[in-house]
Amino acid sequence: MAKKVPLQITLNGEERAEFVESGSTLLTALRDRFDDTSPKGGCNQGTCGACTVIIDGELRLACLTLAEMCDGASVQTTSGMAKGGVLHPLQRAFMEGFAAQCGFCTPGMIMAAKALLDRVPNPSRDEVIEALAGNICRCTGYEPIINAVLEAARANSHNAA
Amino acid sequence: MTAHQPSVKATKIAGGVHTDQRHDSAHKHVTGEAIYIDDMPEPRGTLHGCLGLSTVAHGKMVKIDLAAVRTAPGVVDVLTAKDVPGVNDISPTGRHDEPVLAEGVVQFYGQPIFCVIAQTREQARRACKLAKIEYEELPFVVDIGGLDVEKDKLVTPNLTLTRGDAAEAIRKAPRRLKGQVRNGGQDHFYLEGQISMAVPGEDGDVTIYCSTQHPSEVQHMVGHALGVPSHAVTIEIRRMGGGFGGKETQGNQFAALAAIAAKKLGRAVKIRPDRDDDMTATGKRHDFLIDYEIGFDDEGNILGVEFTYGARCGFSSDLSGPVTDRALFHCDNAYFYPAVKAVSAPFYTNTVSNTAFRGFGGPQGMIGAERIIDEVAFATGKDPLEIRRKNFYGTTDRNVTPYHQTVEDNIIHRIFDELEQSADYDGRRREIRAFNNNSRFIKRGLAITPVKFGISFTATHYNQAGALVHVYTDGSVHLNHGGTEMGQGLNTKVAQVVAEEFQIDIDQVKITATTTGKVPNTSATAASSGADLNGMAAQDGARQIKARLIDFAAEKWNVEKDQVVFLPNRVRIGNQEIPFGELIKLAYFARIQLSAAGFYKTPKIHWDRAKGQGRPFYYYAYGAACAEVSVDVLTGEYMVERVDILHETGRSLNKALDLGQIEGAFIQGMGWLTTEELWWDAKGRLRTFAPSTYKIPLASDRPKIFNVTLADWSENRENTVYKSKAVGEPPFMLGMAVYHALTDAVASVADHKLHPQLDAPATPERVLMAIERLKAAR
Repeated sequence: MAKKVPLQITLNGEERAEFVESGSTLLTALRDRFDDTSPKGGCNQGTCGACTVIIDGELRLACLTLAEMCDGASVQTTSGMAKGGVLHPLQRAFMEGFAAQCGFCTPGMIMAAKALLDRVPNPSRDEVIEALAGNICRCTGYEPIINAVLEAARANSHNAA
Repeated sequence: MTAHQPSVKATKIAGGVHTDQRHDSAHKHVTGEAIYIDDMPEPRGTLHGCLGLSTVAHGKMVKIDLAAVRTAPGVVDVLTAKDVPGVNDISPTGRHDEPVLAEGVVQFYGQPIFCVIAQTREQARRACKLAKIEYEELPFVVDIGGLDVEKDKLVTPNLTLTRGDAAEAIRKAPRRLKGQVRNGGQDHFYLEGQISMAVPGEDGDVTIYCSTQHPSEVQHMVGHALGVPSHAVTIEIRRMGGGFGGKETQGNQFAALAAIAAKKLGRAVKIRPDRDDDMTATGKRHDFLIDYEIGFDDEGNILGVEFTYGARCGFSSDLSGPVTDRALFHCDNAYFYPAVKAVSAPFYTNTVSNTAFRGFGGPQGMIGAERIIDEVAFATGKDPLEIRRKNFYGTTDRNVTPYHQTVEDNIIHRIFDELEQSADYDGRRREIRAFNNNSRFIKRGLAITPVKFGISFTATHYNQAGALVHVYTDGSVHLNHGGTEMGQGLNTKVAQVVAEEFQIDIDQVKITATTTGKVPNTSATAASSGADLNGMAAQDGARQIKARLIDFAAEKWNVEKDQVVFLPNRVRIGNQEIPFGELIKLAYFARIQLSAAGFYKTPKIHWDRAKGQGRPFYYYAYGAACAEVSVDVLTGEYMVERVDILHETGRSLNKALDLGQIEGAFIQGMGWLTTEELWWDAKGRLRTFAPSTYKIPLASDRPKIFNVTLADWSENRENTVYKSKAVGEPPFMLGMAVYHALTDAVASVADHKLHPQLDAPATPERVLMAIERLKAAR
């Protein structure tokens, strides 16, 4: 057995600590130790985007990130976006816009979209497409996903106004 | 969801048929709460499996040394063929040609030979690499080029369709030509890979949570491999993270191995292969090599056609028989052939056994049809659109298919005409010609292609379905059916049907995980049939209960049966109305049975394969797409500028879900014909086994302008569920428009005088090579 190392992270705003296997990925740590199964293992080699999370404000692939390198970091996942039972505008837009079919890519897509909107609150359609181009969806053909991100941006700016 | 009280004053229920009801799991998809098998809590002591794969394409295993594997850290057991307690076979059509684990001989690079069971998945993966297997290599066949249907090995008997004397018609035709077109395979790349978790139970029973489109088959295969009756095996699946045909038979192996290990070791066992292993060891879409000979006249009328459809089937039959049959069923696409002969050639190769994939051979069949249309267009110097229209099936004559079924519901003319108008084909054709004349390195291309797709399983016995409907005493409904949810929204559609039947809001209907324990002997959720079959079965179940409720109410309130009417969330009995839930409660106290098993079998269909005649399809689904591309003639790179689609799904049960299927299928079909290339090396090793080397369309690959319209005037002529039509597969083939637009753009470098002979996938490399060929020949 590989040795265990302590890992302290702020997961969706909550301080958490677990012992994880040295050398394991953040994806494994989140799913198996922190019981957050919203990041999915699609390819486990950094090519599909299903495991996308936000680490200290930056978009990252959890399957290519060593867990122990995240010690002290703030990690955001899709499971932490709804606050008090109220969906985040992105989640609402995805849900209402039929942007998920099988739903397996959805948590990663929402993370990629959130990282974009955090940086660019009112993106153009091309900026949305660019931001999602690292995430594979095999079901929808992307159209409703792109529209959902644009809709969420509109809803955000409406709320801010 | 319990807070909601159904309104008994409503004029319409929430979420009935023909409404844009959202996916029943949408709120869970977006919060990450939707549970896929790998997200389920693992039973205490769960072990993990990893498959050891062969490293030659064909060879005798002369020495298998697994000593180091067995002693590796964490390893609990290593299964080989001799550990299969029942029959070492998972061939889905009973041809006994597909072992769970290879014994003696391996027949493709990547064939599972052993299965390591360890404490952790990581330990199992590492231990796998320690095996030492010596092979005596045998001759192998990877490619089907040059194979002969008369001489070379087939995995299953082939099919011939004939109508009229094609050879004679071609001989007598004013003009003739022959040629060949190749199209590649396709990996499903379901985002959630294959996975099975087996949990041993009492009395030697086993429950397997398996990501499968075909729970009944997994049940039968596992029983067969374990040597136990089907009643000892339960398969359950709540949802898949995508299927696309790749989970019709390909889950059998993982389920069988997990079950064997779980029973042997008395612990839960989970097998989730790595993506590399998944792509290497599981089947894909069949690639085809199509030979054709056509007789036609100067006006572009096709007079006779002969086709041979050679398919790379891999080492076993799997579903290659019905896949290659369906290719022949679609060698006509939407066109009438006065005389035709089509022969399939399901070739044995030393590659992974190819399997179902959205369209199931139909897309490959249509590639042949559309190729000959293009050939005739180039030969006669006419726009391919004109040749397409000229050769379409008629409505009252010229309407018999190569398999002697009469096309009774032909609407391709209207679809085509409307799309031609809305996409402004003529105007853009002129613009593109002008653009190409003035542009040296960027050339544009335009094409419009039709789809006519036959709906029904061609194995007639598969066209049946069951459903289980329970009404609880509070009026809420528990619904289960034989179909599986892979993202397509099947559960939503079937719940809409039941809500409509009972006239209750859809949140009063709960659909639960598909399990072989509730609905037995189900067919695969495949052939686009999910809603057609299971929707009807659920409707039957609901109607049985309704009939009992009507009898009960008529008697209790002493009214005629037609005085009992189901209104939104309530029932009118004579002059009074009572809430649905109240009637149910009264019925319960009167000891009325509130549960029913619904059943459905598709009428009218029959098929005599030996004669090649019958009515294999209940009806056809139609659509058309118009695509415009721009190609860089210096590099072969291209962009899809604009796509317009007009597709029909009869009277749609749910337009929003159907549009999602159409858009997604189009992009997947486009991927198949453009960037998705499977590539085997000289040793028969698949080298494109990850998205890093296998290019799946991304958001940035979509058409820049994408107009998708549902033909809302359409209605199924046959008595399907609320006159709707199937949607899963037909729009996949709309992707052909992009392929033909690329052909059109390439042809512009030789002034449309030479046919570019562009094979699929039309990767930038192939496009560039076609351009160079034309430049050299012009």
